[in-house]
Amino acid sequence: MATANISNENIAHDVHGHDDDHHHGNFITTYIFSTDHKMIAKQYLLTGILWAFVGGLLSIIFRLQLGFPGMSLEFLRPLLGDWISSSGSLDPEFYLALVTMHGTIMVFFVLTAGLSGTFSNYLIPLQIGARDMASGFMNMLSYWLFFLASIIMFISLFLETGPAAGGWVVYPPLSALPQAIQGSQAGMTLWLVAMVFFIASQLLGGINYITTVINLRTSGMSFSKLPLTIWAFFLTAVIGLLSFPVLMAASLLLVFDRSFGTSFYLSEIYIGGEALPNVGGSPILYQHLFWFLGHPEVYIVLLPALGITSEVVATNSRKPIFGYRAMVGSMLGITILSFVVWAHHMFVSGLNPFLGSIFMFLTLIIAVPSAVKVFNYLTTLWKGNIVFTPAMLFSIGLVSVFISGGLTGIFLGNSAIDIQLHDTYFVVAHFHLVMGSASFFGLMAGVYHWFPKMYGRMMDRHLGYVHFWLTFVGIYLVFFPMHYIGIAGFPRRYYSFTTFDILDTFADLNMFISVAAILTFSAQAIFAYNFFYSMYRGRLAPANPWKSNTLEWTTSRYPGHGNWPGEIPKVYRWPYDYSKPGAKEDYIPQHIPFSATPESNLPHENEMIAEEKAAAKVDTTSNEAKA
Amino acid sequence: MFELLIGIGVVLVVAIILTILRILRLVNVARGVEKKSPDSSSANKVNALLFLLFLLISGAATTWYSVSRFDEYQLPIASEHGIITDRLFWITMIVTGVVFIITQILLFYFSYKYQFKTSRKALYYPDNSKLEVVWTVIPAIVLSILVFSGWKAWSDITNAAPDDAEVVEVMGYQFGWEFRYPGKDNELGNHDFRLIDPVNMWGMDFTDRSSFDDFSSGTKLVIPKGKPVLFKIRARDVLHSVFIPEFRLKQDAVPGMPTRFWFTPNKTTAEMREELGNPDFNYYIYCTEVCGRGHFSMRKMVEVVEADEYEQWYAEQQPFLQKNPDYLAKVPSNMKELAVVSAGMDSEVEEN
Ligand code: HEM
Ligand SMILES: [Cu+2]
Ligand SMILES: [Cu+2]
Repeated sequence: MATANISNENIAHDVHGHDDDHHHGNFITTYIFSTDHKMIAKQYLLTGILWAFVGGLLSIIFRLQLGFPGMSLEFLRPLLGDWISSSGSLDPEFYLALVTMHGTIMVFFVLTAGLSGTFSNYLIPLQIGARDMASGFMNMLSYWLFFLASIIMFISLFLETGPAAGGWVVYPPLSALPQAIQGSQAGMTLWLVAMVFFIASQLLGGINYITTVINLRTSGMSFSKLPLTIWAFFLTAVIGLLSFPVLMAASLLLVFDRSFGTSFYLSEIYIGGEALPNVGGSPILYQHLFWFLGHPEVYIVLLPALGITSEVVATNSRKPIFGYRAMVGSMLGITILSFVVWAHHMFVSGLNPFLGSIFMFLTLIIAVPSAVKVFNYLTTLWKGNIVFTPAMLFSIGLVSVFISGGLTGIFLGNSAIDIQLHDTYFVVAHFHLVMGSASFFGLMAGVYHWFPKMYGRMMDRHLGYVHFWLTFVGIYLVFFPMHYIGIAGFPRRYYSFTTFDILDTFADLNMFISVAAILTFSAQAIFAYNFFYSMYRGRLAPANPWKSNTLEWTTSRYPGHGNWPGEIPKVYRWPYDYSKPGAKEDYIPQHIPFSATPESNLPHENEMIAEEKAAAKVDTTSNEAKA
Repeated sequence: MFELLIGIGVVLVVAIILTILRILRLVNVARGVEKKSPDSSSANKVNALLFLLFLLISGAATTWYSVSRFDEYQLPIASEHGIITDRLFWITMIVTGVVFIITQILLFYFSYKYQFKTSRKALYYPDNSKLEVVWTVIPAIVLSILVFSGWKAWSDITNAAPDDAEVVEVMGYQFGWEFRYPGKDNELGNHDFRLIDPVNMWGMDFTDRSSFDDFSSGTKLVIPKGKPVLFKIRARDVLHSVFIPEFRLKQDAVPGMPTRFWFTPNKTTAEMREELGNPDFNYYIYCTEVCGRGHFSMRKMVEVVEADEYEQWYAEQQPFLQKNPDYLAKVPSNMKELAVVSAGMDSEVEEN
């Protein structure tokens, strides 16, 4: 690791210099075009919060339509203009556009960029003991490409023909034929352009995360001593790097079909009174390419959340995370398997039934590592001494919704059962719990846990509690009932529940869901208030408020450029030495050598003291040589 | 009504927040606890208790709702394979339900039981390989059983249809469904999307003799009870998906790529009306692949009748050519006579 340490210093540290904080950079280089990973993380976070607000608001608008079909939405006219029809109801096509934008924004901008972007950026250098990312410039570029993508997507909301309206999966031919639907005109073009920028941003970010984790770990930080957060971010970046390019390809081919007359996805189409010349293509090809990213994407949003909660649960149970190796192993398993289950989204698409069998098998296998994770969380809580910080509440909430949503995946993965449930509200309930809510809870856990380090101040705990309970109860009230409707066969992406007689039965439950959604959404105001208020007015944070073991807590209250004012701490132990028998305190940070804790060392750890000493000797000599 | 509900809701939320904050503060004041450390505060106890309450209340509410409304959400089954897939569904429900209940109880109970106490020290328990092997292997076995039973059902459902199956072509378009029956020769004629026009919606190819007696069923799909029915499914413009929930049937309609699904209906519409006590009940095809503005209202009625009734109905239908004699012009001259006979047209028409 000695070499890594040296390159580490060279890359980031010497460029910015120890004393960067003294000669303050100007506003633009500090807050806007910053190359400091911590500032970039905050940029990601704020942009993500903004998008969460927009995405949530869109869902509230279409929930109004679903919950109160007869109601006049005239009061939304100032906001939506002609999308409110003369009868005062929402335009059916705009409903689809809202669903599409909601899905795209939530998945890509909130949970991919907002969650993974924020915490990968913030924590990777701090937790592995690096001065910054491998390339600060690329890092900055990745944020600004994301920002650009999100602005382009936002603009599509104001197009006369509306934003893309084919669902977040934008299946062709619908998305390829401008005459099929208004949302396949300019809105679709902007959607594709935005996605191309977004993917570029993800690739730049991912390469940076991977390179940083591999090369810039501080001395002693072997892979077996990495916090689970870092494992999660690392594997997430690997998934992204391998799957996003496939979506890029899919999107480009779609652009060709839309604009240059190719027929990758199009064949034998008669539309608008005209037979199109396209032959020989297949819409199914697009579905394969899309889901080759689309499914791993679920884990791109989920793994960071699981990593964050592993950290939070261990810290606040005052216990080592149970089964560190199994946790890493299950994440590795999920990473690999996530690439071979994509076609479970296509059981009834016209896929060869034999392939369906294979994908059913692989899909249900992926439940095993997920189950292992849940059991490990439970065992970590068992006989712990649990401190309920808001972050801890959200982590426990995450485990709960992860269980609920994960188990329904077993129904959907079973192709025979999926025939009935595919594209119904059962699916909506499933993915909102397992992916939407779980990742959202991970995001919240992360914000509450690392806010003190990010802003040097504490968030209000009591507001955090209220926020959690309203959100937790609210999420269940919104998404749990959707299972019932789904089992009863109600298809998703329907503008109205009133066109089929049997669906009228669910009017009450639907209204209930909508009201619950509005309340849950409103409750987020508490978080927004707490977040922005505490940023400026919160109590000053101690350097290590949660008595945590990982390296970021060894920096100053509000770490400056370069992260550690002096030398980067060396690492001697894994990050989960909580409540070690015989220890003076209930936590022993990673940079404390075994020689300093003779009272709590396990036999094999005592043997390592000699190694520590030898290493220290080598280190001082090399330092002298440098000087 | 709606404004009122929302209003009440918002007021409630605000009230709850204020109450909780107030209580927490009062409790702290009463105990004289300094609120600097979360560990020792009463808030910790409140949260632990809330987890327990959440478990009990949500458990009770869910059980009550599921039991009392069971019939409402439990769709009746009207096909042979539906019985099997539903059984799989409920087996899975039991297996996952047990896991669900146990894990949620443990999660909330542990949260309550092991809440922070200054006097206690957490157990240092980083590993236990035996335990981990056990809970890797058990889910693996249970899932294998589910995979196996699911695979068997899936193979049966997706197998080739029996030879004697009634064939119907289902075609989706924005925003409706059309059906074509093979007529007396039991063979659907060729089609070509270039031949589609407002009347010949299927693009029937009248150079193929099989198409002469093909007929469309008009406003509804009629199928016999107790006989295998094979849907040959296609789409004209964008993706659609055939979904008839009571039959547990779903299959995408893909332009340029015909798909199929076969099943055996086992309850007539009349029987279903009686079973449900609803004289207005009808089966409908829904569309479950988003296809544009009218997606949500893209439906067509399906009528299941007794087999003999079906025979009779089938015999009464008029071939497309008979209804639209203009299209005789598209039949090659050497086949015109055959077409007239197959389509059951009287000779007058031909002379016109
Ligand atoms: C206030 C909370 C939320 C509510 C009330 C809500 C509600 C809905 C509803 C009703 C749909 C339409 C389902 C359909 O017709 O197919 C939907 C779609 C979707 N939602 Fe949410 N949602 C919420 C939060 C989230 C979050 C946090 C995520 C992040 C993963 C998310 C991701 C999606 C996705 C991916 C879709 C599918 C869009 C599509 O079909 O193209 N939602 N949501
Ligand atoms: Cu359709
Ligand atoms: Cu549709």
